[in-house]
Amino acid sequence: MAVEDTRLTATRRTEARWIERIPLAYWVLGLALLMMPAFANDFVLYQIFGWTFILGMIALSLMFLAGYGGMVSLLQMSLAALAGYMVAIFGTSAIETISMGWPWYVSIPLALLVTVLFATICGWLAVRTEGIYTIMITLAIASAFFYFTRQNYVVFNGFSGFNGVLPPDLFGVDWRGPKAFYYLTLFWATVSYLAVRYVSKAPFGLALQGVRDNPRRMAALGYNVTAHRVAAYAFAALIAGVAGILLTWQSAQVSPGTAGIGPVVDILVIAVIGGLRRPIGPFIGALIYVLLKTFAVDVLISLGLAGERFQLLIGIGFLVIVFWSPDGILGLWDRWKENRGRDPLTGERRER
Amino acid sequence: MNAPTTSAIAERMSATGTANALELRNVSKFFGALAAMEDISLSVRPGERRAVLGSNGAGKTTLFNCVTGDFLPTSGTIRFFGEDVSAFPAHERIRRGLRRTYQISLLFSGLTVIDNIYLACVGVSRERFSFLRARRDDALMASAEDLIRLVHLEDATHTPVAELSYGQQRQLEIAMALSGAPRFILFDEPAAGLSPTERRELIDILTGLPGHMGFIIIEHDMDVALRVAESVTMMHNGRIFKEGKPAEIEDDPEVQALYLGGGDDG
Repeated sequence: MAVEDTRLTATRRTEARWIERIPLAYWVLGLALLMMPAFANDFVLYQIFGWTFILGMIALSLMFLAGYGGMVSLLQMSLAALAGYMVAIFGTSAIETISMGWPWYVSIPLALLVTVLFATICGWLAVRTEGIYTIMITLAIASAFFYFTRQNYVVFNGFSGFNGVLPPDLFGVDWRGPKAFYYLTLFWATVSYLAVRYVSKAPFGLALQGVRDNPRRMAALGYNVTAHRVAAYAFAALIAGVAGILLTWQSAQVSPGTAGIGPVVDILVIAVIGGLRRPIGPFIGALIYVLLKTFAVDVLISLGLAGERFQLLIGIGFLVIVFWSPDGILGLWDRWKENRGRDPLTGERRER
Repeated sequence: MNAPTTSAIAERMSATGTANALELRNVSKFFGALAAMEDISLSVRPGERRAVLGSNGAGKTTLFNCVTGDFLPTSGTIRFFGEDVSAFPAHERIRRGLRRTYQISLLFSGLTVIDNIYLACVGVSRERFSFLRARRDDALMASAEDLIRLVHLEDATHTPVAELSYGQQRQLEIAMALSGAPRFILFDEPAAGLSPTERRELIDILTGLPGHMGFIIIEHDMDVALRVAESVTMMHNGRIFKEGKPAEIEDDPEVQALYLGGGDDG
């Protein structure tokens, strides 16, 4: 974290206008993402990138908690699914006996509110624990959520969940069209990414990192450590909630399987593969995960292996990355840049 | 609204300034069967500067931890400017104007000097939960910069704390304790490990604090302790052993035997 912190402090000093301070790489990446629909086909836009941005956002909410707050929460996928359920219940779906059919400007804010409230309660329980116990308690809540939604037919419609959950026809656009959905998910992924980056240097985010490194000292500086951690859960839930609504619209359905134990753990895998130290990591992890999940089957079959072994590939990839680079792909990248900046013979830093 | 009880009125009146800055009544702290601190009663007036001396294991740092709420005492009451804070969590006591430094610097090593002090300033302000970044003319940022000047760390403003020298880290620790509007400060061995020059600077900072800002200083270096303090409390084996003016303590034969002559557990 130290590397980025010094760089950001340095930017605070420079007098240049903010637009001039954006690195070239950001312009290139931004332009490439905006131009993508010009040369990518509908499948790539909708399935690969749409899904990547959504999973990236859910993993980003975990990165915010784990990277800045030191709290590894397995709850994020369940929160996303909860937001999806709430949109289906408050809004419209094919299950007309349960869905209230309220307009989107009521159902979406209400869905996010319920998600944030639920996360606040769960966070309040979880922040009293540390390390492995936080993982255990959030996993327990996630499992309870899975089994509860599967068995409850009055509110959650049990095993089959809700289908026909569609985005509103806002501005006369079909938001499930590949191009529209691509831009919709890109927009919210960008907003989430920038929000996390911004907040990480605002008093709340700085204090959260302080709480991660040294809770006792933070209390001695006047911070309520528990309240700060709970607030972090609430903020992360907002990101996971938005992603959950998008995820529900993408497949037009939400069911207990959306937040089964597999998907719940996958979010952790995505965040760790990408790297938990910076907000871009989860999106890198999500892209790798989505590519593997989409194409590994074909690759395996063409090699004469059983297609269902794609989970094995993801597992091996996870092992290799955790073994070689505990900081994920981002960690590998940082080390490569660090080595490039050193003289190969003496190991001294090169003048830049 | 119910009429305030007489005790509540008394509490509020005493909180307005007639009370002692710090008042400990029969405070004890046990770790299992071990008494780290036993039956301590101590009064410090507002603006008073007190040195706490004693060999290692005398209970000095335990005293500080109980006063700031790093952990709660086993028994006894602690009043801060008349208000009973015995059951308050640490952050509530800090928000009431109590500050402390740590014997082993507890700093945020990944952050820069300015960010460390800024965090300290934010912690005692109302902007703890602010999602907005500090603007260039931010008042808290300005007060953080003032504190940096006070402890002569201007040249290291944007240096990550991990790259600071030991002495600089000690100075940063002091700057963080001076954030906001402290009413009373606990310094835990601020001079430990400092060079003679840095010690002189430290004494200048401590003696230069505004008159209303009282403090307790734990210090092994008698030279530093007796120069900045107007009264001295000697602790030994978790109990208060002697209290008095610096000169009295220095000349006391029992103290000399115990402290300067090298105690059994020193």
